[in-house]
Amino acid sequence: MQFMLLFSRQGKLRLQKWYVPLSDKEKKKITRELVQTVLARKPKMCSFLEWRDLKIVYKRYASLYFCCAIEDQDNELITLEIIHRYVELLDKYFGSVCELDIIFNFEKAYFILDEFLLGGEVQETSKKNVLKAIEQADLLQENRIRITARVSMGGLRKNLY
Amino acid sequence: MPAVSKGDGMRGLAVFISDIRNCKSKEAEIKRINKELANIRSKFKGDKALDGYSKKKYVCKLLFIFLLGHDIDFGHMEAVNLLSSNRYTEKQIGYLFISVLVNSNSELIRLINNAIKNDLASRNPTFMGLALHCIANVGSREMAEAFAGEIPKILVAGDTMDSVKQSAALCLLRLYRASPDLVPMGDWTSRVVHLLNDQHLGVVTAATSLITTLAQKNPEEFKTSVSLAVSRLSRIVTSASTDLQDYTYYFVPAPWLSVKLLRLLQCYPPPEDPAVRGRLTECLETILNKAQEPPKSKKVQHSNAKNAVLFEAISLIIHHDSEPNLLVRACNQLGQFLQHRETNLRYLALESMCTLASSEFSHEAVKTHIDTVINALKTERDVSVRQRAVDLLYAMCDRSNAQQIVAEMLSYLETADYSIREEIVLKVAILAEKYAVDYTWYVDTILNLIRIAGDYVSEEVWYRVIQIVINRDDVQGYAAKTVFEALQAPACHENLVKVGGYILGEFGNLIAGDPRSSPLIQFDLLHSKFHLCSVPTRALLLSTYIKFVNLFPEVKTTIQDVLRSDSQLKNADVELQQRAVEYLRLSSVASTDILATVLEEMPPFPERESSILAKLKKKKGPSTVTDLEEAKRERSVDVNGAPEPAPASASAASTPSPSADLLGLGAAPPAPTGPPPSAGGLLVDVFSDSASAVAPLAPGSEDNFARFVCKNNGVLFENQLLQIGLKSEFRQNLGRMFIFYGNKTSTQFLNFTPTLICADDLQANLNLQTKPVDPTVDGGAQVQQVVNIECVSDFTEAPVLNIQFRYGGTFQNVSVKLPITLNKFFQPTEMASQDFFQRWKQLSNPQQEVQSIFKAKHPMDTEITKAKLLLGRSSDLGQHSLKKLILTLQTLWALASSTPKPPRLDACCVWSRICKLRCTGSRCAQARTLFPRGYVTYCRSSFNPMQAVGLCVLFPCVSATLGDHTAHSTMEHLSTCTSSLGPGRGWDTKGLLTGTTAGLPVQGGPGSMKSRQPVVQSTN
Repeated sequence: MQFMLLFSRQGKLRLQKWYVPLSDKEKKKITRELVQTVLARKPKMCSFLEWRDLKIVYKRYASLYFCCAIEDQDNELITLEIIHRYVELLDKYFGSVCELDIIFNFEKAYFILDEFLLGGEVQETSKKNVLKAIEQADLLQENRIRITARVSMGGLRKNLY
Repeated sequence: MPAVSKGDGMRGLAVFISDIRNCKSKEAEIKRINKELANIRSKFKGDKALDGYSKKKYVCKLLFIFLLGHDIDFGHMEAVNLLSSNRYTEKQIGYLFISVLVNSNSELIRLINNAIKNDLASRNPTFMGLALHCIANVGSREMAEAFAGEIPKILVAGDTMDSVKQSAALCLLRLYRASPDLVPMGDWTSRVVHLLNDQHLGVVTAATSLITTLAQKNPEEFKTSVSLAVSRLSRIVTSASTDLQDYTYYFVPAPWLSVKLLRLLQCYPPPEDPAVRGRLTECLETILNKAQEPPKSKKVQHSNAKNAVLFEAISLIIHHDSEPNLLVRACNQLGQFLQHRETNLRYLALESMCTLASSEFSHEAVKTHIDTVINALKTERDVSVRQRAVDLLYAMCDRSNAQQIVAEMLSYLETADYSIREEIVLKVAILAEKYAVDYTWYVDTILNLIRIAGDYVSEEVWYRVIQIVINRDDVQGYAAKTVFEALQAPACHENLVKVGGYILGEFGNLIAGDPRSSPLIQFDLLHSKFHLCSVPTRALLLSTYIKFVNLFPEVKTTIQDVLRSDSQLKNADVELQQRAVEYLRLSSVASTDILATVLEEMPPFPERESSILAKLKKKKGPSTVTDLEEAKRERSVDVNGAPEPAPASASAASTPSPSADLLGLGAAPPAPTGPPPSAGGLLVDVFSDSASAVAPLAPGSEDNFARFVCKNNGVLFENQLLQIGLKSEFRQNLGRMFIFYGNKTSTQFLNFTPTLICADDLQANLNLQTKPVDPTVDGGAQVQQVVNIECVSDFTEAPVLNIQFRYGGTFQNVSVKLPITLNKFFQPTEMASQDFFQRWKQLSNPQQEVQSIFKAKHPMDTEITKAKLLLGRSSDLGQHSLKKLILTLQTLWALASSTPKPPRLDACCVWSRICKLRCTGSRCAQARTLFPRGYVTYCRSSFNPMQAVGLCVLFPCVSATLGDHTAHSTMEHLSTCTSSLGPGRGWDTKGLLTGTTAGLPVQGGPGSMKSRQPVVQSTN
């Protein structure tokens, strides 16, 4: 996998992970182009498209688009399930995840992704093992102040999954 | 999951994020961010030492700001400090910041690497994990240098925790991808292979990715992985869905691992060991069987995971291409998917079937689905699926179904999406040509293409139809009739006017007997389109008119009137004006015989790879088209013993270099991969490239090189990263060249080292001196290098400039030929003409002459066309000033030295074409070329004596430039002959003028030139 992007229906980038070296300028250009391309597609269309010399695999969960760029010989369907497994992981960790969770806890979203995918390849497919790693980290932390923002925005919540 | 786990509590961060979200406008957001940045900056600079928590919070805020798309220019140091914190979350945020905002600041890299080193040595698995994640995320060369030796040890150490092993495997993979040279192979490789047997499926998953990538580059070393992978795969596919516990995904056992194992097996041919092979076949059969079982779950995840494995298995079956039974089963399975209700599956089925179509075992099976695929083309709502359907139709096309497929594609073209029209046009054109039994069908198809999608018909397509019509006389009359009819339409596409103009100019006489298409009607029809056309098309039409003058004497005066009109003779466009002037003159001064000779029908084009196919390859990348075609062809040779008779026009395999335009003028010379295989003898010897060992010459650099032969300044090379400009001056035998290296990126080039390389024999003849340049080139900066040049003796090769540098962690290596050619050292010298001819006659010593006849091997070259234009222009003015002639001669010399070998043949071609000499008189036709190692003599038996005078005089002087042992004395020859070429010295200006221009091709279009290979004699 070359990169993964999460963006909202409004085109706001929520998470970006690059597994190939690119300049910031290129990253911005790619993001802009892809967001536009994917958002322009209709709901019933297929989840794969050719883009430059890459294959794009994307799926929409509620208000968020998850979009992966893979290489020619990579497997599209399994990439689709990579996306799904990541959503499951987020969901399990946050307890029915929504876009706001990812905005406010963006660092957590990155940590979970790093446990699941590394260097663009699947590192650990077991949900239990990934969450165990994250959980351990959480137990190691000293300051346990609850975020109240989550609760106060309950009305805005829209679960991804 | 306990709720408390999420409370990592950076309240300040949450408030800040809320604030940003509440900003009503972009301006408000920027204002809020600037306020925050000022705040953080003051905190970082403040006297009070920040505690770890605050530091973490501020670094996290900076990260958030960066991810919003704003620039961050501070905070790196604080992030690095966090790395050495003992608190996990602080360390974690530090690493995250570093991973996202890598900075090439060397001081910082050292600190980061130190922190990573400490964590790797800590034996604390969570810390080790963080450090490995960071290396994998950054993946820079510096990190590879520091850790590529260490990580393999961690990976294979017996006491390493499983989770750390997983990270280490993928970390190593990332480093290997970025800097393969820095990852040492060694003992660890065999132990890595055995990780395929590991108890922990997560470890196996990570290790399989690593092994696959390594095996692609070093297949021998990882050969043992095949049997291990097969047995692992077999255990997975036969396991019950609950056996693998958490590695079962929606009732599918370990789908990710299965896919990866199947991918690994695609690095190798079918296993040789029959037991392993049998086991693998069993696995694949099981996977195919499972596809037929009722689903264990209705969830899409279940079917996706199951089918992901199935598709990968089918890829492996296609890759092995050895089990007919499996191939046919795979095809049937895909056939089912073609009608599946899931769009994704239909898409993938079409895609996989494309590759299946190229296997002889399954080609027929694929063909049975033609109706479904055509239906998909018509009914799919998603353009990307329709695109796949087009690809598949193209792949499954053969003689039996070509007419149907081409017809369907044509009808689809009427409504096709604009984005894929050009590709469909190319595909239709190729199929129509390849499978045409009846060439009238071919002509109809192409004219239909132009009618339906004229804007998308590229030059290659209409060039090709002309090539074919010219080469096949059975279709010429039909073509003339058809284009004539097509041109009747009130609005027809300009491409049709081009094809029509060309074909009627050649074969209009074939339909002139019919009073409905009499010469005058033909002319009026074409001329009615003239004013609506662009300049190149008008130029082509003017050539058609002059051809009409020859074909139909009865319309001569009409055409002369048109040519004479102000809108032609005084046209603002110089090309049109020149043509009008010269054609008018030609039509009035030349006798019928000369006209008939000059404007004779075009000879057949040499057979070559379809230029359209070349274009499609270029468009789609070599993997998609070539392999398939080649594979098909090879297969049919292997299996049937004899190849399927390839249609005459699609001789793809026979010519090595794809030529992109009609005359092959754009054919790039093949890269110098060593001496040419045959052609034996002198020319090869003299001009064989001494192979440049450093890097293959950059594509296109040959073109640029030729451009510089007559030019001293300009851009020599350019790609996405680097631009190389030249400025040079030469005096006597000395020269100085300024080379400018421009960094086009915003990132530094490191270790920037340009090297000048002279082949051994060149070294003795050419002295080059230069100073090294600064090894760092900043983003956007330009550095200059001065090369002092001394020509000691004559030379033929050019030095090579090799540039190596590092850009963003990857190593770049570029080689270009440096345009230092012998002609740069030319100088005019006074010499009386009799002195010159005296010298010239001395060269005819019979002992020095050996003759052999061989055929030219290469088609014409763009530069030659340019030369012709140049020659045409300079003679057009009627002033043979010294300067112009030198230019002409330089160009000719440039051709001689820069065209594909053997070069002089082309130069000779140029001359024979320019003069269009078809009369008798071989006496004068001997033009000799003197080379350092002997003579080469050109002999065209058909030179016209009068016009050949010019030739004779020019050729020796061209040869003289190469001849003597110093650049200085060669110059004597040159200047002598130029002075001997003054007006009135047997130089038939008018004859050459008309001859020249009549032979000129339409620039960028098919010309009225003959393209016959000359018979050339060489002497030694």
